[in-house]
Amino acid sequence: MSIWTIASYAAWAISALLLGWMLFDLIRVGAVYGEDFLMSAREGEDELLQEAEEEEGGRK
Amino acid sequence: MSTAATAESGKDRLFLLKVLGPIHVWALGVGIVLVGEYMGWNFSVAKGGALGSLIACWVIGLLYTCVAMIDSEVTSTVAAAGGQYTQAKHIIGPLMAFNVGLYLVMAYTMLEAADALIVGDLLTQLAEESGVTDFNAQAFVVLTIAILAFMNYRGVLMTLSVNFLITAVAFIAIIVMFFGISPWNEGVTIFHGDLLTGLPYGWIGVVAALQFGMWYYLGIEGTCQAAEEVRSAGRSIPLGTMCGMITLLIAASLTWFMASGLLPWEYLGQAMVPLYDTARMTGSPMLQTLLFVGTLFAAVASANGCINDASRAWFSMGRDRYMPTWFGAVHPRYRTPFRSIVFLIPIAVSFAFTGLLDQVITFSILSGLLGYTFMSINVIKFRRKWPLGVIDRGYVHPFHPLPALMLLTLCTATYFATYLGYGPQLLSIMVFYIIASIWFALHRYKYVARGDQFTMTWPRPAGY
Repeated sequence: MSIWTIASYAAWAISALLLGWMLFDLIRVGAVYGEDFLMSAREGEDELLQEAEEEEGGRK
Repeated sequence: MSTAATAESGKDRLFLLKVLGPIHVWALGVGIVLVGEYMGWNFSVAKGGALGSLIACWVIGLLYTCVAMIDSEVTSTVAAAGGQYTQAKHIIGPLMAFNVGLYLVMAYTMLEAADALIVGDLLTQLAEESGVTDFNAQAFVVLTIAILAFMNYRGVLMTLSVNFLITAVAFIAIIVMFFGISPWNEGVTIFHGDLLTGLPYGWIGVVAALQFGMWYYLGIEGTCQAAEEVRSAGRSIPLGTMCGMITLLIAASLTWFMASGLLPWEYLGQAMVPLYDTARMTGSPMLQTLLFVGTLFAAVASANGCINDASRAWFSMGRDRYMPTWFGAVHPRYRTPFRSIVFLIPIAVSFAFTGLLDQVITFSILSGLLGYTFMSINVIKFRRKWPLGVIDRGYVHPFHPLPALMLLTLCTATYFATYLGYGPQLLSIMVFYIIASIWFALHRYKYVARGDQFTMTWPRPAGY
């Protein structure tokens, strides 16, 4: 068996591992967290703005 | 919402992580494009000769300079993931937004597949040089997509930091080779005097070359997909995009100069890896190795940036319910659009497994071209609805509406050029988008979050 054949099997194995992990994590996250929370990102809002507003509110 | 979620995030809402700076924007834009300097651009030589290719390089460079300027202005005000899709949604309307979103996803996913195919081809070449004849590259095509998707899944900062490093290596390889061939020794180490033969097919050949001239720059507009993840969109996006465009103009001109000075146009026009072949002509093993690594890195960087951009566009469409809302989720730990990233993996692998590199790239280019046509109309409407001074802009592009009109004219010329070489593909992709538009108008539009999607705190547009 040549080095290239071994590398090819290793590539399949690593790919399966990485894709399997992503799929597992995707399902796990869906089971642990609520959908409303996962989809709570809103365009035009960000945490830097939120933090700045909180700081401003705190000063007042 | 679960308690765990709140505890982990520390807030009751998720956001994409704002961690990027101008160098990441540069890495995203140049990373996607630079592979076009290593291969693909040279098909323009087959259409118009070496000089025709240089004219196409600079004319299309003008097209992309217009794209970069227009994009920088609009994105500096619309700081949201989705890039041109989000611009279309705010400035033109839902049907255009849906189409632009599809152009982006198709263009980047197909380009990603093409890049993975290139990695497979390079490794096949390496295996063949080692005497292996039955090498199967499919495992490495899948591995490339899997590793890059994994990085994208785990966080944008690491993804684009890696992209910066490998893109910089690929760009430096071009610069090193330029000085390595001693370009000041005309007739000794470089032979433009003998190899430049005018325009073999006349000016129609130059027009036909425009389509492949796009390879020098295709994807630089992808910088604006990072708008929601940069710390200061108004500054970082214009700076990263314009520096990226300057980098590409330099890289494109140097690439043409080296290849056309060492390879006859008849060979150059059909070479698969022209820059690597140019390095082989120098006889320097160091330059050959460097250019092989540069080609590999450029292809990987391009695929990496494409995964980033396609997933942001798909995520944004999900968030606004142009696509199922499930795709609009953000990972609570890594803060990435993880479902969109995973969803697009099998699609990219399917395109890659067709093995039809030229067809896949042609469809990618056509989707990009449709997007540029939209940009010219978009910026004219943007300036009409919100004139200068009405809203804050991080960058104002000069000489409006000249760049928009020039962009529209050059896009029209490139459509004609594409029709000359790839007429059936052009027509079939038009039919695809028309059918998709009918599906959107008749079926999907009723699900769109019509009011919520307009998020910019802009005043009412002029005339409304």
